[in-house]
Amino acid sequence: MDRFRMIFQYFQSNSESVMNGICGLLALASVKMYTSFDFSCPCLPQYNMAYGLGIMFVSPIILFLCGLILNRQSLVMLEEWRRPPGCRKKDLAVIRYLCSSIMQRAMVAPVVWIVVTLLDGKCLICAFSGSVDPEKFVGFANVSTEQVQQLLAKVPCKDDELMRNNTSRRAVSRYLRCWSQALGWSILLILIIAAFLARWLRPCFNQATLLQVRHWSNYIDIEQKIFEETCCEHSRLFAHKCILHFFESMQQEIKLHSFSLPGEGEGAEGEEDLLRGITDQDQVNKLLKTWYSEKPPLDVS
Amino acid sequence: MDKFRMIFQFFQSNQESFMNGICGIMALASTQMYSAFDFNCPCLPHYNLAYGLGILLVPPFILFLLGFVLNNNISMLAEEWRRPQGRRRKDPAVLRYMFCSMAQRAMIAPAVWVSVTLLDGKCITCAFCTSVPLESLGNASHPRLSQGEIQRVLARIPCKDIYNGQQLIANEVAVRYLRCISQALGWCFVLLMTTLAFLVRSLRPCFSQAAFLKSRYWSHYIDIERKLFDETCAEHARSFAKVCIQQFFEGMSTDLVAARCHLPRKAPADAGEAAEKLLGITDQGTMNMALKSWHRCKPPLHLHPPALPTGNGWAGEGQPPTHPSAPRRETAAYYSWV
Repeated sequence: MDRFRMIFQYFQSNSESVMNGICGLLALASVKMYTSFDFSCPCLPQYNMAYGLGIMFVSPIILFLCGLILNRQSLVMLEEWRRPPGCRKKDLAVIRYLCSSIMQRAMVAPVVWIVVTLLDGKCLICAFSGSVDPEKFVGFANVSTEQVQQLLAKVPCKDDELMRNNTSRRAVSRYLRCWSQALGWSILLILIIAAFLARWLRPCFNQATLLQVRHWSNYIDIEQKIFEETCCEHSRLFAHKCILHFFESMQQEIKLHSFSLPGEGEGAEGEEDLLRGITDQDQVNKLLKTWYSEKPPLDVS
Repeated sequence: MDKFRMIFQFFQSNQESFMNGICGIMALASTQMYSAFDFNCPCLPHYNLAYGLGILLVPPFILFLLGFVLNNNISMLAEEWRRPQGRRRKDPAVLRYMFCSMAQRAMIAPAVWVSVTLLDGKCITCAFCTSVPLESLGNASHPRLSQGEIQRVLARIPCKDIYNGQQLIANEVAVRYLRCISQALGWCFVLLMTTLAFLVRSLRPCFSQAAFLKSRYWSHYIDIERKLFDETCAEHARSFAKVCIQQFFEGMSTDLVAARCHLPRKAPADAGEAAEKLLGITDQGTMNMALKSWHRCKPPLHLHPPALPTGNGWAGEGQPPTHPSAPRRETAAYYSWV
């Protein structure tokens, strides 16, 4: 029990590392999801862009929502935001801090998905193969306009009969993949620069306020946890007392209805206490039936 | 449990070895990223150089910044740099030491990426295939083509499946040549980095070793002091919360007793601990009111004087009350990790 309490105390004081862990796990899960997903471009003019962009943007939204759901702090923040002020003033800075911390952690997995998608290239090739300029590529330069759209739409499908050994298909594919990878690396670079500047420059502005806000946001979290613990403990004791009262009242009822002689000898008293006067099958059955049909009131005063 | 705490304390006290671990993991991650990355040379005249050099230089820059971002000491350094002087002087040598130590660790993953890229050869082949010396390597009898055409043909060297310039220059020959140069550059780079690291490590004790020891000590001290402060604040917040909640329940219970004008309760002699732990809440209605009040009207962040520690006792949380007759008092205890 001590061990659990110590681990619990460690996590209580260090809930940030728990959340960082969850955030990292979600990021790994998003990479795994991408690699196991069987991307299959439809290779039809109107459907390609919808499929490609859909895969690229719908999954990040799902991952973002998962990140919000799995983060305990979102509930804490919402509760703090919506509670009436009562005897305790609300500090908007704390709510803002919690909100930004939650958003930052929830954005990691979607960004990882988008970057991996762009570095891989399949989505962009599928979405934008119909939008390249056919004049740049020898195989598509002298084809009629209607046919060229059909052909370009088939570029992502390597195994299509028309495209199987087409060097222009490979050229278009390479061209789009190059753009896709350049975009992916650029996004990653911009985000890392932003993260670096944020970490470097934050202590330069309002460090004292930040320390206060961070302390009180941890406090709210800890207070909520301790309150739940206290309520849990209280309900255990409450339940214990309630059930004891129930057994006592059953015992009294049974004494009233049966003419049982007082127990012989003092030695049997210890065990009788545990048995609480319920010593045969009928009594047990009656007790169980009463427990089901007439639960005792929630009052142990 | 002790083992766990010891490991935790070890990492806490030795932020440097923790950062060394992160640094090693990032170096491995950079090789893994390189092998997982699908290098795809565009094989077009002006795009090749941009793509090749981009892959050679942009990811190392990203890894370098990532090395800083993942290092907790960066905010500590910025904080120490920007704090008002107050009653504690600032030592620029300590700040320089922290910065150098972070920068050195952050340089490892980018150096690994650049070495791996050069030794592999695909980037340099892609970037410089249009600059291959045709006079020495090209076939003697090649058709006369315009400069633009030659550029276009040479740009396809990295893409064997669409290369159509065998008469101009054999693909194998060009690729071998470029890869050889790339690997030579790679080995030179590794040699240079290793020599630099060796010189820095072996020559540093020759210059102001005493000042170095001082800076290192005080930078560790700042790190440990910050961590202990955070821990102390967290412990304080826990104790504050416990007492606040305790007083909230006591307040509720007092209000109820005042509101019910009633008969004295039966207080059986053995109620003692259990009754206290029930916090005066013994029925559903009262509990509901307590929960509603917790949401609607949270108690102020202000503990009443009787609850604060008056003695200098060390009261553990798990101990049963030793004086049941004394008024109930919750004490806030500070636990020291040191």
